[in-house]
Amino acid sequence: MGSATTRWSMRLVALGYLALLLILPVGLVFWRTFQHGFSPFWHAISSPAATHALWLTVQIALWAVAANTVFGVIVSLLLVRGRFPGRRVLNAVIDLPLAVSPVVVGLSLILVYGRNTTVGSWFGGHGVDIIYAIPGMVLATVFVSLPLVVREVAPVLEEIGDEQEQAAWTLGAGGWQTFWRITLPSIRWALAYGVVLTLARCLGEFGAVAVVSGRVVGKTQTATLFVEERFQDFDQPAAYAMAFVLAAVAIVVLITINLFRPERHR
Amino acid sequence: MAITATNVTKRFGDFVALDDVSVAIDSGSLTALLGPSGGGKSTLLRVIAGLESPDEGVVEIGGIDSTTLPPQQRNVGFVFQHYAAFKHMTVAKNVAFGLSIRKRPKDEITARVRELLELVHLENFADRYPSQLSGGQRQRMALARALAVSPDVLLLDEPFGALDAQVRKELRAWLRRLHDEVHVTTVFVTHDQEEAMEVADEIVVINEGRVEQIGSPGDLYDRPANEFVMSFLGPVTRLRGELVRPHDLEVFTAPEADTVPAIVERVVSLGFEVRLDARVGDEEVWVQLTRGEAEKLDVQAGHTVHLRVAPTQHRVALPV
Repeated sequence: MGSATTRWSMRLVALGYLALLLILPVGLVFWRTFQHGFSPFWHAISSPAATHALWLTVQIALWAVAANTVFGVIVSLLLVRGRFPGRRVLNAVIDLPLAVSPVVVGLSLILVYGRNTTVGSWFGGHGVDIIYAIPGMVLATVFVSLPLVVREVAPVLEEIGDEQEQAAWTLGAGGWQTFWRITLPSIRWALAYGVVLTLARCLGEFGAVAVVSGRVVGKTQTATLFVEERFQDFDQPAAYAMAFVLAAVAIVVLITINLFRPERHR
Repeated sequence: MAITATNVTKRFGDFVALDDVSVAIDSGSLTALLGPSGGGKSTLLRVIAGLESPDEGVVEIGGIDSTTLPPQQRNVGFVFQHYAAFKHMTVAKNVAFGLSIRKRPKDEITARVRELLELVHLENFADRYPSQLSGGQRQRMALARALAVSPDVLLLDEPFGALDAQVRKELRAWLRRLHDEVHVTTVFVTHDQEEAMEVADEIVVINEGRVEQIGSPGDLYDRPANEFVMSFLGPVTRLRGELVRPHDLEVFTAPEADTVPAIVERVVSLGFEVRLDARVGDEEVWVQLTRGEAEKLDVQAGHTVHLRVAPTQHRVALPV
């Protein structure tokens, strides 16, 4: 009796918590977006500024996801398989982006790559602007989404151990063959999940990108920056429309990966 | 092909896993590396496979110095205790792996895989995944995978260690038969002396990183080189400062030449055998008797009996 009551009240608390913090606000965004039907939404989202912001977001997200996928797999292999001094320090440093505020990340990038710094002016001299341009925004996005692939892949690598890889070696497979045919297929679901989380994080990044982008409408304005700018300018239909797109993409991606993941990997 | 390890030493930090080990394994033989856990036997096997590199010493396979060859170039088959099955591949793909790495023609691979699956009695499981097999089936698949590339030597690291007793017994007998058919030089690691005695032609006893003795199962049992080998290979007891097998003690009801009096403390009947726990002065000793012998003697707890080591049997003097 007592345990049933406890169980039900725990469920209620959990659901209530989720409802108040997650479902209700996101639901309200959805409702506000389509309050007056589909055409105001379409009108708001198809403006040049909106489509540019969306396209820019997609580009930055793809670069950042690609970088962090490659980096994430390499670092996971180093952390789990490697035996070198400083492994524990590396392990701790990987989580730094989760702990540091994105605004601090943005500011520190300006300190290193800003136009008046040594590094920044060297790049500028070679015709590449980093800060207030796309490279800086990609860097900022890479930084904030750095640990997500590692934190999904490393535990799986740990769990599967290295005996399958050793078996492949004794059967004649070299390092690359072993990686492509044994290691990668074993971690593919963890990697896919890590990539999806990274993608969602990249699409939604605001703070770090806001600092390094300069927020030039139609140039360095991403989807999240677009939402904020329109909201400040009382263009709420446009703000809600873009917010809806961002939320919908994230939800669809998460649902898809959960549907396709085989049962034993969930 | 013959395998020789000469003066091999391997350290992990401060721990010395192998301490100047030299072993010669004949071509075509079936050899067990036997010893307690942590004694270095798995390390020796992994050094032979190239999965560990020795700090000192030389490993030769088929007369070729292989000490610095990577595992890919040694043409060894390796079977792991926990199967190391490629979980994302079917049984057939697992077995075909080594051949497909070697870029053999498709029909050749298909034929070879079928042949091997028949050899390990898994022909009906070709399209299953490892997760759909029992432990014994997975280990047979791992064996087929290792044999598929026609290795020069087959190395098995505690191959039956993760299986339950019944399956372990079956696979032991099966490995022995398989070796009689295939004749590949085979080395397996075990901590189970019964398994080593039953399966192997030759046993290498390894303890604390050193080779204690090398010999046939009969040799080791009857002529152990030292106290460790004697106690590791079978039951032992002590009588008057000597280590003896409890079934090599003779029991008399009256004193005879060389006997010592002992007071019987307990008589335990274990069905086919009877165990006498006795005391000689303040030293404990136990004797293993057949049921017939025990009935003839008719001893009870509290009786005095007279013990001696059967004159023909082996004994090891204990350090005083």
